[in-house]
Amino acid sequence: MPAPLLKIEDLHVEFKVYEGVLRVLNGVQLIVNPGERVGLVGEAGCGKTTTMKCILQILPSPPSRTTEGRIFFNERDIRQMKAHEIQDVRGKGISMIFQDPTAALNPVFSIGDQLTTVIRCNSRTTLSKKGIHQRAITALREVQLPDPNRIFDGYPIQLSGGMRQRVCIAMALATEPELLIADEPTTSLDVTIQDQILRLLNELVDEHGTSVIFITHSLGVVREMADRVYVMYAGCIVEGAEKSELFSDPLHPYTRGLMSAVPKLTGGGIAEGIPGRIPDYLDPPSGCRFHPRCPYATEECKAERPELTRIRGSHEVACFAVERGEINAQ
Amino acid sequence: MPNEILNVVALQKFFFTTQGTVRAVDRVSFSITENETLGLVGESGSGKSTVAYTVVGIYAPTDGKIYFRGEDRSQPVAKRPKSLKRAIQIVFQDPGTSLNPRRTIKQILELPLKVHHLTAGDRKLEVANLLRRVELPADYMYKSPHMLGGGERQMVAIARALATEPKLIILDEPTSALDVSIQAKIINMLIKFQEEMNLSYLFITHDLSLMRNVATRVAIMYLGKICEVAYTAEFFRNPLHPYTKMLLSSIPVVLEEEEELKPTKVISKGEIPSPVNVPPGCSFHTRCPVRKEICMQADPEMVEASEGHFVRCHLVSGQEAVASS
Ligand SMILES: Nc1ncnc2c1ncn2[C@@H]1O[C@H](COP(=O)(O)OP(=O)(O)OP(=O)(O)O)[C@@H](O)[C@H]1O
Ligand SMILES: Nc1ncnc2c1ncn2[C@@H]1O[C@H](COP(=O)(O)OP(=O)(O)O)[C@@H](O)[C@H]1O
Ligand SMILES: [Mg+2]
Ligand SMILES: [Mg+2]
Repeated sequence: MPAPLLKIEDLHVEFKVYEGVLRVLNGVQLIVNPGERVGLVGEAGCGKTTTMKCILQILPSPPSRTTEGRIFFNERDIRQMKAHEIQDVRGKGISMIFQDPTAALNPVFSIGDQLTTVIRCNSRTTLSKKGIHQRAITALREVQLPDPNRIFDGYPIQLSGGMRQRVCIAMALATEPELLIADEPTTSLDVTIQDQILRLLNELVDEHGTSVIFITHSLGVVREMADRVYVMYAGCIVEGAEKSELFSDPLHPYTRGLMSAVPKLTGGGIAEGIPGRIPDYLDPPSGCRFHPRCPYATEECKAERPELTRIRGSHEVACFAVERGEINAQ
Repeated sequence: MPNEILNVVALQKFFFTTQGTVRAVDRVSFSITENETLGLVGESGSGKSTVAYTVVGIYAPTDGKIYFRGEDRSQPVAKRPKSLKRAIQIVFQDPGTSLNPRRTIKQILELPLKVHHLTAGDRKLEVANLLRRVELPADYMYKSPHMLGGGERQMVAIARALATEPKLIILDEPTSALDVSIQAKIINMLIKFQEEMNLSYLFITHDLSLMRNVATRVAIMYLGKICEVAYTAEFFRNPLHPYTKMLLSSIPVVLEEEEELKPTKVISKGEIPSPVNVPPGCSFHTRCPVRKEICMQADPEMVEASEGHFVRCHLVSGQEAVASS
């Protein structure tokens, strides 16, 4: 097995705010293997974006503080890197696509300006002006934008949300990154446009052999986009497994609750969901952060944080009820 | 014949802007009977909220009629009698902005109770009662909206709607801003209230999977027009409009069984045109995988393909014509 492309170990991140300290990430741990499409799924506020921004070291500090953890990219800890090395990782190693394509693009520069700047600054080889222009047009054509030359000269406000997201994808892939982080790239789009963008992303990462972390709050979307999936709850990875195994045999009570709360096309009504709401990070629950909402919670769960433990293959779960044998794999 | 609560006939709502005329809602007709949930589904900008706002009277219709329990109520809200305003309530998508941040929950929930001329003590009891019905603790009445979670705020908005004992509640994407684990609770509560109070819902959403589980009938809107309506089971078993098929095959699902229910992949292509420049003929023709010459020229009429199943598509009405001749 080759070394993982990305390996996060025991990551803790907090934010200092007026009311106190928000202890958000609580020991995040995950791996992305070369060529793998990894999904990260979790509800709003569970810390998905914080984790990704921490990888790229773009969390504002203050208020953020990484209190613990290692982030290995190609076996080197990003947290120990010098500023120019981190800059290299951001430009050539890892690209990111954000949820809101409007905010990601600068409204006062043309699409062409923004795209060529990204290519010029981050290209592995030095390109001529003409070469850069050609690369930009190719990138726009690759994301199936109609009339790339016209788009090149245009401005973000002239494009629809779906087209803007295509431009962002073009910018993210133009530098041929090893890892693409897509943070809810279709959440603000309509379902038919989402379908187009997801298909496009899958085609492009296949073609380029790019590794992907695909972030979403939707179990349905992650099922289309990932080979392996991590489930995140309140700053912790609670479960990880190959996609097919996660969907056929979810183990963590949170994963199960989420799965049953999703409305199904097969009908039959909506399950009760999960009682309560996500915790306040100013004063998060002790032990397993899910315990106040969990039907299996015991004293053990309140006292101690369960470790992510391998069940079989790459299926891992952080849950004492699973360890106690109260929840069993099929 | 079940009791008809709402009947909307050829409703039109245009906005006249400097960019041109926005044909937000263009001759939309539908009805809702007692205790029924009509799911109005469409992508953004299709005109769902405009329908909602026109029915509650926030907008005056450009043309068309709105009948509530048989009476013509096409007049704007200022001219509507109080009793009508109490009978039709609306819950918005964003519970953060629909509740006044400077008021306590008690003040918010008291307002609709004012007409009852209750004493202060009785009003407080009534507010506690409303909170209990949406399963929130009574001491929440002293909190202000920003102290609550998104799901809890939406419960308060629902409690406010229930306070006037309405017949019809328009739910405009009530759970779109919420997590699925919270959505589940709210949906089940809405279903419970419907049964208890014999309510009718106009349920607006872009989530077809949700409608499979909630709606009695489903209507699909595209660029200001309804293109297909059917009873829920029939709708999902036998979708007819090419746009409906495109929508259904674009939905990400979590189960293999769901995958099998989706129509054979209709590849989604193109973008939704602007309602200022509605394409001629059938407005879906720019994205339609099966369009014919006629689709670019004539806007199809709504036809009843089977009992209660209406479609506005030349390909379906063409077959009808062949079948009946
Ligand atoms: N007050 C207004 N003035 C001008 N145009 C408007 C107005 N309200 C709505 N529109 C336009 O009418 C069309 C329909 O809008 P509407 O809000 O009804 O859509 P919707 O289906 O509710 O969309 P969404 O899913 O985004 O909520 C859109 O193109 C919108 O920009
Ligand atoms: N710059 C910041 N300052 C204070 N709190 C923050 C900041 N960024 C994120 N948070 C908090 O961290 C938590 C996780 O947020 P986020 O990573 O954006 O979640 P997700 O992407 O999973 O929705 C939230 O409670 C959020 O309010
Ligand atoms: Mg996020
Ligand atoms: Mg709307």
